[in-house]
Amino acid sequence: MNDATEAKPAGLAQPLRWDLEAIRDDFPVLDQRVHDAPLAYLDNAATSQKPAVVIDTIADFYRHDNANVHRAVHTLAERATTAYEAAREHVRRYINASSTGEIVFLRGTTEAINLIANTLGQRWQPGDRVLLTTMEHHANIVPWQLLRERTGVEIAALPITAAGELRLDRLAAQFDGHTRLVAVTHVSNVLGTINPVGEVVRIAHEHGVPVMIDGAQALPHQRVDMQALDCDFYCFSGHKMFGPTGIGVLYGKAERLADLPPWQGGGEMIRRVTFDRTRYAAPPQRFEAGTQQISGVIGLAAAIEYLETIDPHAMAQHEQALLEHATARLREVPGLRIFGEAKHKAPVISFLVDGIHAHDLGTLLDRKGVAVRTGHHCAMPLMDVYGVPATTRASMAFYNTIDEVDRLVDAIAYAREVLK
Amino acid sequence: MNGELEDLYQDIILEHNRQPANFRPMEEADRSVEADNPLCGDRLQLFLKLDNGRIADISFQGCGCAISVASASLLTERLKGATLAEAERLFSLVHGALTGDDASVDEDALGDLVAVVGVRRYPMRVKCATLSWHALRAALRESSPELVTTE
Repeated sequence: MNDATEAKPAGLAQPLRWDLEAIRDDFPVLDQRVHDAPLAYLDNAATSQKPAVVIDTIADFYRHDNANVHRAVHTLAERATTAYEAAREHVRRYINASSTGEIVFLRGTTEAINLIANTLGQRWQPGDRVLLTTMEHHANIVPWQLLRERTGVEIAALPITAAGELRLDRLAAQFDGHTRLVAVTHVSNVLGTINPVGEVVRIAHEHGVPVMIDGAQALPHQRVDMQALDCDFYCFSGHKMFGPTGIGVLYGKAERLADLPPWQGGGEMIRRVTFDRTRYAAPPQRFEAGTQQISGVIGLAAAIEYLETIDPHAMAQHEQALLEHATARLREVPGLRIFGEAKHKAPVISFLVDGIHAHDLGTLLDRKGVAVRTGHHCAMPLMDVYGVPATTRASMAFYNTIDEVDRLVDAIAYAREVLK
Repeated sequence: MNGELEDLYQDIILEHNRQPANFRPMEEADRSVEADNPLCGDRLQLFLKLDNGRIADISFQGCGCAISVASASLLTERLKGATLAEAERLFSLVHGALTGDDASVDEDALGDLVAVVGVRRYPMRVKCATLSWHALRAALRESSPELVTTE
């Protein structure tokens, strides 16, 4: 069995790494040319690249250990089940949850939020409310609108400042007895704002209201500690944090998950089934109906294990250096406007260049090997707040370099020349 | 600019993007269709004034990339004064050239619109060019929906 699929003890045997060139070598996809220029992959907020160890772990699982989990008694099934449950323990340890029963594997952040809306939200009455913020991704808006159509609940959104920071001073006033949940993003995928989620949790709990956090954009940049944060639910996606697509995690406090009804029915999530009545399994299996994304779970654990080898302080410093350098250089570009200038930011920068539509810019940057996202970034209500239809977004990961940021700025100058 | 990109950002596209023709609202339009591209957030509104089976006036407004603005601008220039049947034929010609597998295009029939067809080599951008043409088709048909989308 592949070593990488086994949970390692928390104490790290090897010293933490920080050698940018060696780290870049871990990511095979980075080493290529696009339109005759070296690839500068600056679209990490859309999805991150995968280190070879993640790719190999998934391939090794299919080559050597593939079987369904929790069912048969044969050797491969035993290996697959052990690796799957070891991955759950690995995730628990990484985010410091209290128990593995608090770790539910789902397709991603989107599915996790849909699960909360469809279970917790399903019990609400007309007039009950979920409190979002204006900087939410569509994944944390649309599930609540679908719930609103079914049950008549209300949706409110906490506003943000011009700099893109939450109006925390408006939070307490939202707790008027009707707000049943605060659902807030940890890091904005458009503005890069790192929200003070600890404060949000504290204030909401003072009013007895639970909090769900969308952590999809946080995990690629920082570790999170569920017990310290004290939130009720936290969701994240594997593919944003150097793991595979199609796998994500819903963390829920044990007593919260125990209180939720099942969402999807099927195999794996039951205790006993007759045609009269089915008794459901306890969490987390209650929420894992059907055959799971087993190789994805094991690949996610490999990504976490990889991240654990990187020096977190050096990584944070490097990402801040990338952010500061990119911000300074982009400010030098005539007619360029940056959206989101919060004090605490992840290395994500959205901007517009006067007279150049984001879509044209995206095509021209691609011609110089620079990959960025253009469009509304699945946050149309936020685009409306700023009164723009689309922006260009450069989002960096720890494997990006200062040189790549400079190449972004040079490519923007080239685009201005073409479209002048 | 490197050679391939010249296919996309030809001078005629850049000029129409800088100064689009017939870029204005029309208060007494007989047909008005709003079209959007949810992929990029682009939106435009196409207006037609009809007279005896002919397009007496045509205009558009909205926001979009150089390709979508130039495509709409060229569309309005070409169709002012055309019959509805001619407009239908032009839609088929342009749409076919943009989305068809056939490498050959009727350059004579397309005229200036050949520049728009350069977008064929950029599959991610074809919808930018077709946006105004989808709006046109909806406007040409009586039972046109009010909102057209490329998706």
